[in-house]
Amino acid sequence: MATATHYVPADEPRSAEAPEAVVVRFAGDSGDGMQLTGGQFTLSTALAGNDLATFPDFPAEIRAPQGTTFGVSAFQINFGSAAIETAGDAPDVLIAMNPAALKTNVADLKPGGLIIADEGEFGARNLAKAGYEGNPLEDGSLARWQLVRFNISQLTLDAVKPFGLGNKEALRCKNMWTLGLALWMFDRDRKPIEAWLRTKFAKAPELAEANIAALNAGHAFGETAEIGSPLKQHHVDPAPAEPGLYRTVTGAEAISLGLVAGAKLAGLPMFFGGYPITPASAILHHLSRLKEYGVTTFQAEDEIAAVAAAIGASFAGQLGITSSSGPGIALKTEAIGLAIMTELPLVIINSQRGGPSTGLPTKTEQSDLYQAVYGRNADSPLPVIAARSPADAFDCAIEACRIAVQYMTPVMLLTDGYIANAAEPWRVPEMAGYEPFAVAFHDRALGEGEAVNPYARDGKLARVWIKPGTPGLMHRIGGIEKNVGTGHIDYSPENHQAMTDIRADKVQGVADSIPDQDVCLGSPGGKLAVVGWGSTFGPIHQAVRRARGRGLDVSHIHIRHVWPLPKNMGELLRAYDKVIVPEMNRGQLKTLLRDQYLVDARPVNKVSGQPFKIAEIEAAIAEALG
Amino acid sequence: MNELTKLTAKDFATDQEVRWCPGCGDYAVLKAVQRTMPELGVDPSKTVFVSGIGCSSRFPYYMETYGFHTIHGRAPAIATGVKLANPELDVWIVTGDGDALSIGGNHTMHILRRNLDCQILLFNNEIYGLTKGQYSPTSRIGTRSPSTPFGSVDRPVNPCAFALGSGARFIARGIDVHKKLPEVLKAAHAHKGAAFVEIFQNCIVYNDDVFAPFTAKDNSGKQLWLKSGEPMLFDNGTKGLTLDREALNLRVVDVVDGDWQGADVIVHDATNRAVAHMLIDMPFGAFPMALGVIYDDPRPTFESAIIRQNEEAAAGKQPDLQALVSRGPNWQVTKEPREI
Repeated sequence: MATATHYVPADEPRSAEAPEAVVVRFAGDSGDGMQLTGGQFTLSTALAGNDLATFPDFPAEIRAPQGTTFGVSAFQINFGSAAIETAGDAPDVLIAMNPAALKTNVADLKPGGLIIADEGEFGARNLAKAGYEGNPLEDGSLARWQLVRFNISQLTLDAVKPFGLGNKEALRCKNMWTLGLALWMFDRDRKPIEAWLRTKFAKAPELAEANIAALNAGHAFGETAEIGSPLKQHHVDPAPAEPGLYRTVTGAEAISLGLVAGAKLAGLPMFFGGYPITPASAILHHLSRLKEYGVTTFQAEDEIAAVAAAIGASFAGQLGITSSSGPGIALKTEAIGLAIMTELPLVIINSQRGGPSTGLPTKTEQSDLYQAVYGRNADSPLPVIAARSPADAFDCAIEACRIAVQYMTPVMLLTDGYIANAAEPWRVPEMAGYEPFAVAFHDRALGEGEAVNPYARDGKLARVWIKPGTPGLMHRIGGIEKNVGTGHIDYSPENHQAMTDIRADKVQGVADSIPDQDVCLGSPGGKLAVVGWGSTFGPIHQAVRRARGRGLDVSHIHIRHVWPLPKNMGELLRAYDKVIVPEMNRGQLKTLLRDQYLVDARPVNKVSGQPFKIAEIEAAIAEALG
Repeated sequence: MNELTKLTAKDFATDQEVRWCPGCGDYAVLKAVQRTMPELGVDPSKTVFVSGIGCSSRFPYYMETYGFHTIHGRAPAIATGVKLANPELDVWIVTGDGDALSIGGNHTMHILRRNLDCQILLFNNEIYGLTKGQYSPTSRIGTRSPSTPFGSVDRPVNPCAFALGSGARFIARGIDVHKKLPEVLKAAHAHKGAAFVEIFQNCIVYNDDVFAPFTAKDNSGKQLWLKSGEPMLFDNGTKGLTLDREALNLRVVDVVDGDWQGADVIVHDATNRAVAHMLIDMPFGAFPMALGVIYDDPRPTFESAIIRQNEEAAAGKQPDLQALVSRGPNWQVTKEPREI
């Protein structure tokens, strides 16, 4: 098997035996259960103590026509005994469940990589559907790679025969057979998967047992079949990690947990308004099961109602939260303006996807930064935070809650389809270590002759939060401009100037409460800074590490606080001769940095619906230092 | 509450200058609401008026309660969040024909089908007033306006029919200047659930007297004021409605010497959905305008169902954040990290 060595310079000698990191891609029909297979393989990998990163890549169609190239669903995992930052540039192993899966994925496979193909699916009909003229398993066209082939379909049917399933149901166990083989290849425990199957099929024990039989058959096949090289067993040592309790987490899970924690730290019940949209729905699903944590979830009639209800809940004294993806955020925009105008706390999560319009619903992109920072009518500033990884999303969600309640403002939290779906090991945080930011509602009774002023402000310029129901403090708020001193309707020129300035100053003041921008790899000055935000963290980090390993003067800066930017950002950027900004868009952070600091930030762009490869960033570094 | 019972209409008025056109029907509705509130015995600090955008939506600024003047069409959605966050609040929505039935039609439908406990006051003036007089979704065919100089061609929506079709459990009609409006408001408030009230409101500037055929003094004989348990009589008791049991529709009959039984006039039963539909839909002209409480048949409310489910789902579970973040398959790393 080829060896991926993502953390060592490419010119270092590779170990022949214990591979430090391996990239495996499962690919099949969207009905073949590849995401489930990948998810369970991820779990067993995490339990084996490897570091890992995953990349689920699936079509928008739930069940595209069988055997077609556009219906292929893939799941890639990179795991190893060292720190893993990305899902891997190129797979070492490709498991192809049909010709279409082979056709759409094989070009990514490393030279010399291993193909495991289900030859039972390589009949004339499926070959034609995938656009093959001949059978690639036979015509030598795969000579660049190592190929092992067996009839997984038939082997599965044989394995589950005792359970008396119909042909269709029996073939559904194929993915578990494949998983069994993969577990054997990497010396993994089958027990957790068996337990999971028994829970999943609790109501249909015969299905559970059939799947377990398939799993065991796949495992036994690896153990006993005399295929010999190249199908061998490998052991990947556990990765070094800080001591502690670990679990795997996806971005959607981490955000949900972070929001629950954030609301708790604020001392508030949470109101979550959502509307189904890919890839953001998972957050609504997670939170709807956490009612005992003071969470009310509301699936609204549309995106606008989802944010509007959250704003209503914030007005009534809960922490209003809404979540969507770019097209849904566009619909919510007018209401977000209302929250800016009425200065109510609100957390808005944008799980970005490829666009514009419907675009690429299941693919990843970071092209909503302009929308987050600039995308509203009028002068309507709000703080923007971006998560860099699934695990980082937890702290970002807490930070978004903190800013929202401390500054009485909507806050946008940017994540993307990749972060939302991808899993990685996460050291479970000690919740006692988080500083609470408990909200104090304004409820002081009025003095003689005193009038209620909902726009009375504290030192951070945050206005008072008065809950309806508070005796004697009745007041009215709304989208119409209000007088700076009384909160009554006021259209006068000097008042609008004053209120506009206050809204901007308040949001700018958030910079006082955030840490200075750090350099996450390298030095605070030098020849080249690679500046990123969001889910490009992994590839940038590895590319910079490799480049530094080759002695290049390059540093990695990764921005969490996109707006307002940390106060030292301008000074920091000016300490480098050159700045490049890799982004999965046409250069949006680049524009922001140029605008704010007049630095010559150069774009490195990729807008293909796929994450950056490490090699692509390495090439950009080489070119910049040319 | 003793103190509250002493409140008067004045206690529900703010110190803000009311900014509607002189002669606008909104003044009369505001007075009626301010007069009704003390009679309801409500606590102004537990009362919230939520509105959208339009002339009528300025209403909250004039009510000495909590108020939220929101964005066009979204008041029902905002109100849903308010009520779910604090079900103890008494929530009133003030909206107009454009706000509730055009830009906000979707939210109006869903708040009604969910049956959120609130009062929805829809001021219908059949025109967009605040934007200077364009025809609205309730304007009659042929309405000439700045955007339809040759007359509108699209059929109007009947607000109460829309509400009934959306699953509303309380539907009533009132007239801005009519003395019976407070009675309608009280009935709406007494109904537990979404109470939909269409108020015919005269826009003196852009659509003056559009409702005069039944609101003008001389035309009061065209008003059918419904009351559950009482016969459907109008025009000083000289006319009534009977049910044509073959054609399954209503028919106007003459009532001689008060003998409504003899004329087979039917008795109003506000829980009868089929008759409610007929009353709402009967063409004005040949028929009178049905007013008062047309339909009132309560069902469990949305917020009570949500709260019950939240409580049931949380029952017996101890919220433990540390346990929550640790949940699922996990593993312990004990070794000190080694250098990569």
